Amino acid sequence: MTGILGRKIGMTQIFDEDGRAIPVTVVEAGPCKVVQVKTNETDGYEAVQLGFDEVRKQKKVNKPMAGHFKKAGTSPFRFLREFRMSGLNPGDEVTVESFKKGDRITVSGISKGKGFQGVMKRHGYGGGPGSHGSMFNRAPGSIGASAFPSRVWKNKGMPGRTGGRRVTVKNLMVVDVRPEQNLILLRGAVPGHDGAYIELRKDD
Amino acid sequence: MNLIRAIEEGYKREIPHFDIGDTVRVHVRVVEGDKERIQPFEGYVIGRKGSGIRETFMVRKVSYGVGVERIFPVHSPVVEKIEVVRKGDVNRAKLYYLRGKKGKAAKIREKDMFRGK
Repeated sequence: MTGILGRKIGMTQIFDEDGRAIPVTVVEAGPCKVVQVKTNETDGYEAVQLGFDEVRKQKKVNKPMAGHFKKAGTSPFRFLREFRMSGLNPGDEVTVESFKKGDRITVSGISKGKGFQGVMKRHGYGGGPGSHGSMFNRAPGSIGASAFPSRVWKNKGMPGRTGGRRVTVKNLMVVDVRPEQNLILLRGAVPGHDGAYIELRKDD
Repeated sequence: MNLIRAIEEGYKREIPHFDIGDTVRVHVRVVEGDKERIQPFEGYVIGRKGSGIRETFMVRKVSYGVGVERIFPVHSPVVEKIEVVRKGDVNRAKLYYLRGKKGKAAKIREKDMFRGK
């Protein structure tokens, strides 16, 4: 696996050779530093922890975290995530160059928070007719049967807090990579608002 | 946002300046099977929409008595070339009113470039 951390910049469109407009998400990816290497002996599994978005002001880093970064000999970072990668040492740099045009990658991030939403938006329920005296417009309807099961089934879709959870999008195509600007252009949408931290992974 | 604009800038193409009401000839790239040819589409520009690389313009012409409107992305490679045939004198940003007009009423006055305000 190859992984990198980044920040969503926003969306736009570009034209391909055939003149088709492709929707692309612009992502600032890396450069990331390896902050910690986890091994079978010490941690029971192999992984590396990458850091992204350097913290410039030392006073913004608390003491436990400062010690963690000091151990790796890197500057402190705001965003840390682990990837199942091997062959890297603390302090090593990971850049967008590990991705190339045409790759199919997986992106994870925290989706936009939608607040408290009803069942139509949250779970795609059909709702009722809008007019003709219906009075059953966006309500969830019955939430279960009677004597059996005498309770509401687990995981029954109900209104509640929507969005703001981890979402993974697979099979996004890399349209372009610009190492000099640390930018990567992905076909399609990526979870989160502009400026949100995201993880990019590629199986190899 | 500025980064987005910078990326769009790289895909933008040189196009001549044209306004709403102008008569333009748009050279459209048409692919038929494996052959490619250029097809002109000439008419009034009846609107422009969007900004940056997403900008589009709408061209209306009357072909054999039938009104035809096409929307082109300004920076699309499908648009080979845009030629400004005539400048038009109009007082609207969107010339949708032309749709209901026929014959002489659907004409746009030519802009007199030498007439002062």
